[in-house]
Amino acid sequence: MKKISSLVVGGLALVALGAQAGTLEDVKKRGVLSCGVSTGLAGFSQKDEKGNWSGLDVDVCRGVAAAVLGDASKVQYKPLTAKERFEALRSGEIDVLSRNTTWTHTRDTSLGLNFAGTIYYDGAGFMVRKAIGVKSATELDNANACIQAGTSTELAIADYFRENNMSYKAVTFDTSDQTRIGFESGRCDFLVSDQSQLYALRIGLNNPDGAVVLPEVISKEPLGPVVRQGDDEWFNIVKWVVNASIEGEFQGVTSANVDKLKKDGNPAQLRFLGTEGKLGENLGLSADWAYQVIKQVGNYAESFERNVGQDSPLKISRGLNAQWNKGGILYSPAMR
Amino acid sequence: MFKEKTTEEIQAASRIAGTSKGAVYNNPRYRAWFYQLAMMLGLLYFFYSIISNTLGNMEALGAKTGFSFLSAAAGYDVLMSLISFDATDTYARIFVVGFLNTVLVSVIGIFFATVFGFIFGVAHFSHNWLIRKVAITYVEIFRNIPLLLQVFFWYFAVLSALPGTRESLSLGEAFFLNVRGFYFPRLIGEGGSWVVYASIFVAIFGVFFLKHWAKKNQEKTGEQFPVFYTSLGILFGLPLFFALVTGFPFTIEYPVLKGFNYTGGITVIPELMALSLALSVYTGAFIAEAVRAGIQAVPHGQTEAARSLGLKENRVMSLIIVPQAMRVIVPLLNSEYQSLVKNSTLAAAIGYPDLFNVFVGTALNQTGQAIETIFMTVVVYFILNMIISFLMNRFNSSVALVTR
Ligand SMILES: N[C@@H](CCC(=O)N[C@@H](CS)C(=O)NCC(=O)O)C(=O)O
Repeated sequence: MKKISSLVVGGLALVALGAQAGTLEDVKKRGVLSCGVSTGLAGFSQKDEKGNWSGLDVDVCRGVAAAVLGDASKVQYKPLTAKERFEALRSGEIDVLSRNTTWTHTRDTSLGLNFAGTIYYDGAGFMVRKAIGVKSATELDNANACIQAGTSTELAIADYFRENNMSYKAVTFDTSDQTRIGFESGRCDFLVSDQSQLYALRIGLNNPDGAVVLPEVISKEPLGPVVRQGDDEWFNIVKWVVNASIEGEFQGVTSANVDKLKKDGNPAQLRFLGTEGKLGENLGLSADWAYQVIKQVGNYAESFERNVGQDSPLKISRGLNAQWNKGGILYSPAMR
Repeated sequence: MFKEKTTEEIQAASRIAGTSKGAVYNNPRYRAWFYQLAMMLGLLYFFYSIISNTLGNMEALGAKTGFSFLSAAAGYDVLMSLISFDATDTYARIFVVGFLNTVLVSVIGIFFATVFGFIFGVAHFSHNWLIRKVAITYVEIFRNIPLLLQVFFWYFAVLSALPGTRESLSLGEAFFLNVRGFYFPRLIGEGGSWVVYASIFVAIFGVFFLKHWAKKNQEKTGEQFPVFYTSLGILFGLPLFFALVTGFPFTIEYPVLKGFNYTGGITVIPELMALSLALSVYTGAFIAEAVRAGIQAVPHGQTEAARSLGLKENRVMSLIIVPQAMRVIVPLLNSEYQSLVKNSTLAAAIGYPDLFNVFVGTALNQTGQAIETIFMTVVVYFILNMIISFLMNRFNSSVALVTR
């Protein structure tokens, strides 16, 4: 009997761990941020041979670590498939999910999660093998689609084909590698995913020139980091780290000039970098939190060009992801 | 089984029945009940607390709970469905789709695993060196490689290497095999087709009756009747005869290449092929071992006795050895079948839309309702295994040694 009652107590204790606030204290105590990323997606979250992670999504993790712990390298990365990601976050296994995740109404309102902003405005699209000679998605009636399971893409493609009175077969895979292999082996005629990921997958093909990305964009896929609902302090931190990166670009603060501007910048820059005001204190962080983000990770433009833009193999242009005053829709709320 | 009660037991029983005057809490019977009851209540409380606690935590997080999601439209498609399905159908229907797909792959897997198991299990005792070696090698290889690896092997190595749609292997413009599956014609019944369906049932009953009669007849007269060939004749002849008489009331729908894919006919998707292959080859290896063990458990004297009666080798096997071996084999089959059903959840690895994949995989992910979806799925696998167990126990008592 004794054994049983201790089992019961142990089990209950385990379950009671589920809901928790105070992620900030946990992370500080642990000294390292646990960040959920993809299993490997060029430009967004990808591990090199030495085991170092890089990418646009990874830069969010690094930014949060820089702001909270003062060191962008204090991150433990957890590779997750599309199916696993939300459970990993809800169960407390990770502190932030930064894995090209689309901000949707359902996810935001029914999963017990909060989206902390958008770091990349994307949309789902198609990649086809050149050999099938298709120029537009409207020619894809009765074709087979390779899709990753547990994504918003599964929903987007169902809508698109229904709207256009076409039919298709959905061949779903758990990982992006399997999805790619399915596409290469000819199990499917086309691969559907967010456009950015199509470019990333394309350079990973055995023969990238044998595949083309079609012009159609069939859905809205704003990608951004996610946190657990019910911990507003932590939610604010992640939200403002994202904003800091965008605001940094807007104010012309880069990792190269941040030290100089911290001393003799204009009032907005001085406030942003913590020389004046108390933005950091309000977040429960040190005064130089944004300085650390820009210094160690760079502003949005630096991060973008390095990972997915002109300095990367993906060569994606800014498009929607330019500042609002440069033809895009990036806009950080006021940093004051 | 009944056995005589020992005097101690009888005494104990009467003591328990209240003849002794001790206090209730000293009564071993009540005490045992009490402990059992306390244990039960403890367990119930344990599970109740876990579930209510978790649900409470989910609500605190602002996550949705409850089963109302079942009536919401799923909004995504599944690759294969035995009933009609599209993205506007509900999660409840997805559940049924997944369930049927699980049953399908399990039934196919169990059938072929049994066939492979018996063939290779018996082949182990062949007098032909090559056959014996092949049987041993089969068991050694497929029993020792992780099942997931075998699933990947069949799917990514074997079936992915098949030619593309336009270069399909074909047989008489009716059967096609390519990287997207195996396609074959479908018979669509018209007006008088029920006559043919009925004749199939009649033929099946006829065969059972024939077997029964032949056995009785042999016991009485000692004459053997060629049951096998006659049955074959009845099974195929009768429906064929009625089909001819009614003027073949069927249309044949052939698969035809339309755009990207073959349409029409029946399609067996490669995910189903790979999973059934992997499951049946893998489980077949274990069943072969069970069959071998069962046969070895039959004393050699039985073989010698049968031979000395002048029975031919293959009849020794089929009439004397295998029926006796079944007593050992059947309980082992039970657990192999149950494992096969559970192993079919590896479907997710290659995207076969079984219950686990479409429900615990995708539905859970889209709705976030982990507890509900997992609970429903667990119940289904539990019931499926209970059914297998029940059927196999029935079968087991029918092959159990009958002492006369
Ligand atoms: N943005 C979509 C799709 C995300 C997604 O999982 N995309 C795939 C592209 S094939 C991917 O990134 N896979 C990488 C991985 O599984 O690690 C969502 O949030 O559901």
